[in-house]
Amino acid sequence: MSPLEQTWADKPGILGWLSTVDHKRIGLRFVVTTLVFFALAGQLAAVMRLQLARADNHLVGPDLYNQLFSVHGTAMMFLFAVPVMEAVALYLIPLMVGTRNVAFPRLNAYGYWLFLFGGVMLFVVFALNIGPEAGWFNYVPLSGPEFSAGKRSDFWAQLITFTEISALIGAIQIITTAFKMRAPGMTLARMPLFVWAMVVTSFMIVFAMPSVMLASTFLITDRLVSTQFYNPAEGGDVLLWQHLFWFFGHPEVYIIFVPALGMISEILPTFARRRVVGYVAMVVALVTIAFLSFGLWVHHMFTTGLPPLGMSFFTAASIMIALPTGLQIFCWIATLATGKRVQFAAPLLFVIGFFFIFIIGGLTGVMLGATTLDSQLHDSYFVVAHLHYVLIGGAVFPLFGGFYYWFPKLTGRMLSERAGRWNFWLFFVGFNVAFFPMHILGLQGMPRRVYTYSAASGWENLNLLSTLGAFTIAVSMLVFLVNVVMSLRRAGRAPHNPWNAATLEWATSSPPPAYNFATIPVVNSRTPLWEQKFPMAEVTGLPDILPTVLVTRLHDAEPDHVAILPTPSLWPFLAAIATTVMFVGSVFTPWAVVWGAVPVGITLIGWFWPDKEEAARMLSIEVKPSEGEARVVALREALS
Amino acid sequence: MNHQVLAPAGPLSSEIAQLFWVFVAVAAVVYLLVIGFLVAALRRRNEASMRTALRTVSVAVAITSVILLGLGLSDFFAGRALAATPHDPLRVRVTAHQWWWEIEYSDAQPARRVRTANELRIPTQRPIELELTADDVIHSFWVPSLQGKKDLLPGYTTRLDLIASRAGVYEGQCAEFCGFQHAHMSIDVIALEPQAFTAWYDAQLSAAAEPQNPVAAHGRDVFLGSTCVMCHNIQGTDASAVAGPDLTHIASRRRLAAGTVPNNPANLAAWIRDPQALKPGTHMPATQLAGDDLAALAAYLSELR
Amino acid sequence: MCLRFPELAAVLLAMTGVAGCEREQRRFSEPSGDALTITTPLTDIEAGGQAQPAVAKSPYDENAFAISEGQRLFEWFNCSGCHAHGGGALGPALMDDVWIYGSEPDQIYSTIVQGRPNGMPAFGARIPRQQVWQLVAFVRSLSGGLRKDVEPGRTDSMQMRPAPSQTQDNP
Repeated sequence: MSPLEQTWADKPGILGWLSTVDHKRIGLRFVVTTLVFFALAGQLAAVMRLQLARADNHLVGPDLYNQLFSVHGTAMMFLFAVPVMEAVALYLIPLMVGTRNVAFPRLNAYGYWLFLFGGVMLFVVFALNIGPEAGWFNYVPLSGPEFSAGKRSDFWAQLITFTEISALIGAIQIITTAFKMRAPGMTLARMPLFVWAMVVTSFMIVFAMPSVMLASTFLITDRLVSTQFYNPAEGGDVLLWQHLFWFFGHPEVYIIFVPALGMISEILPTFARRRVVGYVAMVVALVTIAFLSFGLWVHHMFTTGLPPLGMSFFTAASIMIALPTGLQIFCWIATLATGKRVQFAAPLLFVIGFFFIFIIGGLTGVMLGATTLDSQLHDSYFVVAHLHYVLIGGAVFPLFGGFYYWFPKLTGRMLSERAGRWNFWLFFVGFNVAFFPMHILGLQGMPRRVYTYSAASGWENLNLLSTLGAFTIAVSMLVFLVNVVMSLRRAGRAPHNPWNAATLEWATSSPPPAYNFATIPVVNSRTPLWEQKFPMAEVTGLPDILPTVLVTRLHDAEPDHVAILPTPSLWPFLAAIATTVMFVGSVFTPWAVVWGAVPVGITLIGWFWPDKEEAARMLSIEVKPSEGEARVVALREALS
Repeated sequence: MNHQVLAPAGPLSSEIAQLFWVFVAVAAVVYLLVIGFLVAALRRRNEASMRTALRTVSVAVAITSVILLGLGLSDFFAGRALAATPHDPLRVRVTAHQWWWEIEYSDAQPARRVRTANELRIPTQRPIELELTADDVIHSFWVPSLQGKKDLLPGYTTRLDLIASRAGVYEGQCAEFCGFQHAHMSIDVIALEPQAFTAWYDAQLSAAAEPQNPVAAHGRDVFLGSTCVMCHNIQGTDASAVAGPDLTHIASRRRLAAGTVPNNPANLAAWIRDPQALKPGTHMPATQLAGDDLAALAAYLSELR
Repeated sequence: MCLRFPELAAVLLAMTGVAGCEREQRRFSEPSGDALTITTPLTDIEAGGQAQPAVAKSPYDENAFAISEGQRLFEWFNCSGCHAHGGGALGPALMDDVWIYGSEPDQIYSTIVQGRPNGMPAFGARIPRQQVWQLVAFVRSLSGGLRKDVEPGRTDSMQMRPAPSQTQDNP
């Protein structure tokens, strides 16, 4: 093993698996975990659809149904949609920007474990009949102490705590890695659009998550220690919950959507065989979407009797956000039009599916953003249709395109193209059959979150059709699973750049080695693999006896200094366990926060405790200032 | 179906429906255009020139801005029209409970206030101003044929106007998730010609009908002697609890249990015997009564028109 | 304030989910059965032999939903009219540890159903059995004696008493 391999290798066996800080291993298991939660939440939806397939059905009673739709929504939004995007980003971004790991590798591991434990907690409590039951947005007073007995609402609030922290950790990684660890020469104007999208998303996470943290904390304290935040009789306000939640909740859906926009901006140009048209416009559009998304939240509250003039501003903002989104769509179409003959493959199929489905969702979104129309459509199945069109069309289809696109890089195998087409068509047709009728059901007066309806309502036929579509989606997911399993078993390694794509991650082997790049490349183009000659200019002199990365300057990626990253450690895993115990305990007693902080403190001390051998190595590669100056002078002389 | 957004039965819901068709038409055109360009871009054989592409994008952005502005303005003006204060409305106070609607018609004279539940009768052609609030959690009043919805929030009073152009029955449902029986919290809005409405209103003002036969008389005794009086009231008797719906004129209503079942003696008896079978989780408990007591009670209540 | 051992044990038990099963049950209708035979002793002074043991356990001492229903019924049936919100007015306080007729579940049950001298009405014919048991569980929770994870939090109304889940145990 070369010194580089040795330095970046994990310990063997289960200890290595638990203590790894390799962003690729963590990213991959993170993606797999989110997909497991996706499958579980999807099964809950299947049960709901079975219940709703017939009028006055008795498959599931109201109590279980309420938990079904609440856990479905909560799991999909907090355990799948946001985390899967972050997970893909944590895998790809260091590769795309030409570095060896994320900025805070142990924190990365901690963020994954905390996410896993929180997600497991949600499904365990659901199995124990303590699942959340007031919807994924858990409105008070229904979720408050008087109307929600037991611990169901408290576990929902604690799930938020787990996933918020995990999301914030991911956001910090992404911002710092993308801003400070790019390969030399990769100015901000040469950064891949997926990285831009993830940076923008991460800033949205940083600003939005505190709001839901506040809301859920107030709910926890109202329920546990009798604060009065949401009690109108004692000076609180039920609308406070809605404002705090939706101030987070609206950016949340863009946190889910913007990464998908980034993925499309990577996939589509590869198959159009030209770089994206209007790179600067695309970046500006992403940033505009992020800013605007913070000004829309009241459109979830249009029926609460707020002053009409104030609500008009939110209508204006809600409608305005269609503009940067539309700009992105137009630029992509222009890219397809001006490229060479389009090459069709499964990743592009899913991206095309995005266009067909998401645009419908965007247009119904403009309808819902209009206060007048929203007064009829809000809280009906029209909204259920809209949200699935934008989330599945806008995020899941590009995500699947991303899976087919990046699968060879992550695993070293290609996914079957034929199975991919079956996957796509079953998903596309099943999705539209499942969700388009819901627009009509909403217009026919069917409200959301009803566990049953009467035969006299006339809603039965469309509900039955929708259920058939839902099961078609389930079949398409099975096809995907079979495709993945069979492809992993197939012999034949994928080449390092099977799609002839342009960005740096394709310069590594499939899958990449633990250290990503044997030498850090120097970049002088937005599409390095299309324009730069091989072998590319590279950075030399990074010490290889410790995990080192090159830290560069923010806007022009000039080398700044060498940073030494932490080595693998079991402490993040242990810290996550301690944190979990503290959080779960605080559902039952506020003292858990006090006593639980002790083990957390201990694990954090272990985490940061210096290792003698590593310290010795660090000393050995330290360069004193005078020595450093002498070396620079010598180099200049040698180069001149 | 009398609960459709696109089958409006009043000027307010008509305004909304018309606006909706405008949005749908624009959306359909936009969708077809964008998909058309996409398909053309995927299928074309020669590269389009960058100039054409950039120009098309700029034009598309400009057209999008104009369309969005137009849609926004049309919504704004529709909203203003709908928000106009009605002249001489009939005021009704609606209080939402888990899982029924308490309705009280306002009047300057307290003796002329009608209190009923789950069924709102209104005169045609006259604006109705609803004052909405909730007793427990957040609910939402939605009768699609007549108007958009408005939430009922504890600690707040919201307003909603209704106008029915023609007589008829218009069904609605609670549209904000409110617990176990959110699915069975319907409201019937029945529009009557003005004279019919006045006749109905005057009938509602009267106390409960006296029992017409010994069975019904026994039924009233059963009512007054058992658990019913802990929650319900019947004007003209000693039963005056207000935790549950007013039963003074229960037999005049179209449906029972906030729209769960049609109102007839058999359903009434079934509901009283075991409400949890029809509406699991409802706050009304099962009443332990002997068979003929139950029949007598149902007979009595069925006469309370 | 430190967590006493029973409370800590209760927390850990609740966390394992074993206790959670019963706490979270939402039983909308119980089988009716026969009316409870009132043989509950009201004092421990007995003529002749051994006092009869209690004949019924509270079905709801560990059921958070039932206790919260009891809380609702306490207001709906106007128990507050005499007992205020537990502090007592015309009728005795229910939040303290003084029980004229006993604090065992069946004793409270028979108090509600039979009525008592000096003003407690007999609700036997007026309140169905299941709801009486819900009230019994709630009344017992008022003095803070039930498990903390099962007791209700604060109400969404003016705060006239501390939440049972934050009340020190007055058995």
